[in-house]
Amino acid sequence: MAGYVIRRVLIMLLLLLLLSFTVFVLFSLLPADVARLTCGKICTPETIEANRIRLGLDKSVIEQYWIFLQGVVMGRTYGQGPGAIVCNAPCLGYSFTRQEPVLKLILERLPATLFLAMGAFVLFLIGGVALGVYSALRRGRWQDKTVMGISLVGYSLPSFFIGLVVVYFIIIRWQLLPFPSYVNPWVDPLQFVQTMILPWLVLAVLYAAFYTRLTRSQMLETLNDDYIRTARAKGLPERVVIRKHALRAGLTPIVTAAGLDFAGLLGGAIILETIFSLPGLGSLAVSAVLSPDLPILVGVTLVTASFVIVANLVVDLLYAVIDPRVRLA
Amino acid sequence: MSAFLEVKDLHVSFPTGDGVVRAVDGLSFRVDKGRTLAIVGESGSGKSVTAQAVLGLLNRNFADITGQVWLDGQDLIAMSDDQVRELRGEAMAMIFQDPMSSLHPFYRIGDQLMEAVRTHHKVSKQEARERAIDALKQVGIPAPERRVDDYPHQLSGGMRQRVMIAMALINSPQLLVADEPTTALDVTVQAQITELMLKLQAETGTTLIIITHDLGVVADMADEVTVMYAGRAVEMGSTDDIYYRPEMPYTLGLLASVPRLDSDLNERLDPIPGNPPSLINLPPGCVFNPRCTFKDEVPGNRCTTERPELLASSAGHLVRCHLDAAQRVAAREAST
Repeated sequence: MAGYVIRRVLIMLLLLLLLSFTVFVLFSLLPADVARLTCGKICTPETIEANRIRLGLDKSVIEQYWIFLQGVVMGRTYGQGPGAIVCNAPCLGYSFTRQEPVLKLILERLPATLFLAMGAFVLFLIGGVALGVYSALRRGRWQDKTVMGISLVGYSLPSFFIGLVVVYFIIIRWQLLPFPSYVNPWVDPLQFVQTMILPWLVLAVLYAAFYTRLTRSQMLETLNDDYIRTARAKGLPERVVIRKHALRAGLTPIVTAAGLDFAGLLGGAIILETIFSLPGLGSLAVSAVLSPDLPILVGVTLVTASFVIVANLVVDLLYAVIDPRVRLA
Repeated sequence: MSAFLEVKDLHVSFPTGDGVVRAVDGLSFRVDKGRTLAIVGESGSGKSVTAQAVLGLLNRNFADITGQVWLDGQDLIAMSDDQVRELRGEAMAMIFQDPMSSLHPFYRIGDQLMEAVRTHHKVSKQEARERAIDALKQVGIPAPERRVDDYPHQLSGGMRQRVMIAMALINSPQLLVADEPTTALDVTVQAQITELMLKLQAETGTTLIIITHDLGVVADMADEVTVMYAGRAVEMGSTDDIYYRPEMPYTLGLLASVPRLDSDLNERLDPIPGNPPSLINLPPGCVFNPRCTFKDEVPGNRCTTERPELLASSAGHLVRCHLDAAQRVAAREAST
């Protein structure tokens, strides 16, 4: 087991390296001229050229990547002399439009995204799995049909639609909640919850629909398995049969999907963060695209892609916890 | 001797979109304490459904069950689901056909055995574990102290069936129902499992119902046999009655389709022609008549128009057939 974990972590690091290279090369191929973009309002050919050298853009892509990697490990200094800008390790780049290191910007935005993702994750996972089990146990009856119908609606509605409808009715029309204004929970817990509750619920509805359907089909499959009959033959109460035997056996694909969805949410729910003006990674990415601010885009892409890779590792390790056949193989 | 288990006029039907499937249609039988009854029949004859109805394993939302199942003086059909559940795994237990899929793949066999103990008895984990190890030892699993921590996939099919037997017997049930316990196993392992069950029954005095289509198993284990066809009993009697004095053409067909050591090697086995009938739409008259080679011997087309009753042909030997005594003897001689 330990060997397996070490092997997987090493593979993960290799994957991250490859990923960073790909992202770096991709963005360097963009037609945008970073030296021009970062030059400001009064722009002469000389300042552009000076910028180009200061940013290291006169070098080849491979060299630039190498300098970028060095920056991640050891930090990096842009320019020379008194005007030089120091970016401490781990340096993911420097945004000249915002005059801040990229990592600092990302870390500032991470809490909002993290709280959004965690809250929604807990809600949609518990809600989706519970509804899925309920639906499976009442298969074919009106309760099942109702749940499946609602989940189909939730599954097919786009987030910008639900988001806007909810904002319009609950905040603007009925004024049940104040306009969203994000604060960290330790500053003002009430305002935090008031801001987050709608995006949490909207995300939960959107995602729960999928988990309801997945859980239902998993349960219908495992409930027909022979070991469920064995569990009943032992005289176990039905709720134990369902929770400990049927649900546990059908958990594997649910865990996979949940892990990847959580990683995806950490990348920022771009549309919802924008609708509810949450200062998260998603809205950072949107504004970086609009500026455009390439160092931030590279940084956000790298960080969110890393979340997916790490989530994959966690999911694979969870497999081994859930299924002993994976552990011993 | 009093009947320990008595099933009276059991009907089990499943309403489906295509019609009502009558899986068990008026079945009655009894087993005395400590005896072994074999229920024999083809796939779809209703034998497994009967077993599951006795144990209360059928979901009453999907199955209509009527009749009486008396276990040691209590009618299980009249009881609530919860009352039956408390008896299940304690007073009555069941072994299933496929040991490869009947154990939960994610739990250690020890945990699965302990769960069976702790569902019915308030004992410590340590004590339950000791009982699990004892039970594994009793069914002949080597090094049970170590095996108790194995997962099912680490055991062979025969070993898993031993674990299933250990799990069924761990609370010393008075009734054990074995549904095709050896069908999924290798032939050599089949013999071991049969022997093990006989040994354990002799030790514990458990009443045993064995559901099978393997007539070899029946000869080894059963005191009495009920032959089922299309959801009803067509012949019942002692094992000797069924083997040496069978009377119903379906029983004759079953026996003729078993290979025998003393038969001529060039002789082909005689399968019963045709297939079992649809349980939604049963044939009129005797349910076996479309496959019966003797139906023309009964005058007046009675086989295709009149349902035969299950009647005694001698003491304890019941047959559902329109053939008269002389015709039955002739039929038996013709088929062997």
